[in-house]
Amino acid sequence: MVNVVEDRRPQVRRTVIKTLVVLAGMCVFAFALVPLYDVFCQVTGLNGKTASSAQSLVHQEVDDERTVTMQFVTRGAAGLPWRLEVEERQIRVHPGQSAEVHFTFRNLGERSLVARAVPSVTPSPASLHLRKLVCFCFENQRLAAGESFTAPLVFQLTRDLPPEIKAVTLVYTLYPQENDTVTAAMPDDGKHIDAVATRRWADRSSGGET
Amino acid sequence: MASLPPKHRLQSSAADSAATGQHEHHRPRGLMRWVLTTNHKEIGTLYLIFSLTMFLIGGVFALVVRAELFQPGLQLVQPEFFNQMTTMHGLIMVFGAVMPAFVGLANWMVPLQIGAPDMALPRLNNFSFWLLPIAFTLMLSTLFMPGGAPNFGWTFYAPLSTTYAPPSTTFFILSLHIAGISSILGAINIIATILNLRAPGMRMMDMTLFVWTWLITAFLLIAVMPVLAGVVTMMLMDINFGTSFFNAGGGGDPVLFQHLFWFFGHPEVYIMILPAFGIVSVIIPTFARKRLFGYASMVYATASIAILSFLVWAHHMFVVGLPLVAELFFMYSTMLIAVPTGVKVFNWITTLFRGSISFEPAMLFAIAFVVLFTIGGFSGLMLAISPADFQYHDTYFVVAHFHYVLVPGAVFSIMAAVYYWLPKWTGHYPHLRLSQWHFWLSVIGVNLTFFPMHFSGLAGMPRRIPDYSLQFADFNMVSSIGAFMFGLSQLLFVVIVIMCVRGGKTAPAKAWDGAEDLEWTVPSPAPLHTFEHPPQYRPVEH
Ligand code: HEM
Ligand SMILES: [Cu+2]
Repeated sequence: MVNVVEDRRPQVRRTVIKTLVVLAGMCVFAFALVPLYDVFCQVTGLNGKTASSAQSLVHQEVDDERTVTMQFVTRGAAGLPWRLEVEERQIRVHPGQSAEVHFTFRNLGERSLVARAVPSVTPSPASLHLRKLVCFCFENQRLAAGESFTAPLVFQLTRDLPPEIKAVTLVYTLYPQENDTVTAAMPDDGKHIDAVATRRWADRSSGGET
Repeated sequence: MASLPPKHRLQSSAADSAATGQHEHHRPRGLMRWVLTTNHKEIGTLYLIFSLTMFLIGGVFALVVRAELFQPGLQLVQPEFFNQMTTMHGLIMVFGAVMPAFVGLANWMVPLQIGAPDMALPRLNNFSFWLLPIAFTLMLSTLFMPGGAPNFGWTFYAPLSTTYAPPSTTFFILSLHIAGISSILGAINIIATILNLRAPGMRMMDMTLFVWTWLITAFLLIAVMPVLAGVVTMMLMDINFGTSFFNAGGGGDPVLFQHLFWFFGHPEVYIMILPAFGIVSVIIPTFARKRLFGYASMVYATASIAILSFLVWAHHMFVVGLPLVAELFFMYSTMLIAVPTGVKVFNWITTLFRGSISFEPAMLFAIAFVVLFTIGGFSGLMLAISPADFQYHDTYFVVAHFHYVLVPGAVFSIMAAVYYWLPKWTGHYPHLRLSQWHFWLSVIGVNLTFFPMHFSGLAGMPRRIPDYSLQFADFNMVSSIGAFMFGLSQLLFVVIVIMCVRGGKTAPAKAWDGAEDLEWTVPSPAPLHTFEHPPQYRPVEH
């Protein structure tokens, strides 16, 4: 008498191998989704991230016909005794024009600490047209107890900003960083070794330089 | 039965699929018999007992939640503990109760319905089961750890589950990994069995819908469990190794977590409902004494639901700030799923139409399934309207929706299956009067619990909060009374099952006169080894 399970063993093995291949494919896919998401967001600007290193000015004629309201919002972080302030909460700019605003970091705590201001743009499509020439957000800041520090943001809204966008909000949120990660600048060269080992996930929008 | 001695067979074969059909006298006895068993029926029983245990534990957690919500204000538990209870309730019910119950039913019934002697990979089957008690012991043990159990909801959104999580989260991640491996191995086994071990003459389109829906579910499991494993691994790395997948401070993106989670999560909800569709599609024709209406359309509807389920995940994320095109795409694709789902409901009702219906307990649960699941489908459609979801999201309306599809949906289908197949498993009919009591107490309890949640949700009551404003007091009191009624009536279910195992009216091989599938050709109770000689399958016209 034949045992069916015995009998069909080769077929079963083939099925199992096929399902294992699919399984392995899905495992790879799961992790591939992270860079895919990054690329997708970088191309579409959908998650409102801006470039993570300085960009150059695009020389173009200032569009005097249009005025866009640029708003700045700053937010602290839970457990970080810092304050981030902006000299002007709102300015009006013409597309193509570059502008400068100053931000002041203050460490109100009793220890020297490292933090970084992480930017986010609303509405998100505007993030593709916001160029930052100088920004403190490219690097971590270390502030001694009670110290304060003022740094400029120089930016430009390019003329191809979609016409329906009348106001752009740039939010800076403070995040505490590991103390040993303080660097002059977060380089994009990938050689940087620090506690945040997978920094490359971070450098989402390193493209866009001209 | 092969005449080779088992030892020889072991040598001559792949290590993973050898130990089928041992001779009775080689079997270990007592407890070791259950620990080492490779028999699909015994493993099926183990899964079902495990699932019932988890159902009762998860139920106790739910009753803690409902007891706290009986009145406004904080009475019984601290908010921190309340959050641990909602989280553990969801995790235990989804991963510990509903999923293993369906795997247990598949273990028992798939080989019997396709005329196979056992699952294709019996030893792997044993391993998949025993991973589960390990996983859930680990998960439950987090309740006793410093800082308490996970408290971030069953959806464990980062950074709540990373930056702000209790230390026990690492154990929670490990337990999900183990449970995930168990599901994947179970799925591989089910696919291998269905594709290769059907009785001679049985084509794919001759399989029962239970077998069909499980085949498709198994593919869903293979496709999305790796994504779940990936997302919890990323959490693990964010927590312990300083990466920033989901940490905005390090350049990551918390919204990425939600995309990954729901890419798993929405197919997951179909993993919990497709086998239920299969069960109901088997039970209704039996007690309507008619063939299932639209067999082929049922198969295609199941397959299209499975495929569409990969395209709708962001309906859980309408409020994260999606661009307009995405809101519209996910709104319409979600509504599209209602079409194949509607086909199914239509076919069930048409099967009932002019049937010669009798209301055995299994049929009562199956009919309640059709009616109440449909209510859950309708509230799902309301939630799918993206602008409306801005109002409904994170309110009790969502809680009402998913409990309607999961409790009188998935759970009722499991109970229907138990009442339907108990005669096959034990050789006895379950006690009729008590079963009817169980049914009516359950239906009334479920509706008392979850129907008022629609109203409190529409009125704006947020979910996952231990306290609420006074205007929600009446709805919540009714919900809590219903919850205790439902919960306690499940003890009756336990009593009925135990009584049925011990004795009761004897069931013949064909326990229900309208039942036509292959499992009813073997004696009741089904002997340990069935279909060792493959039955010759005679196709019936569907
Ligand atoms: C016609 C079919 C369905 C539609 C249109 C639908 C739609 C939705 C939508 C739009 C949401 C998100 C609501 C929100 O968070 O604001 C949701 C949540 C949910 N649905 Fe469904 N659904 C359907 C069927 C199902 C089924 C069959 C199940 C499970 C068996 C299910 C389980 C869930 C669960 C568990 C949640 C809540 C997840 C959470 O946030 O905790 N749904 N559904
Ligand atoms: Cu969904």
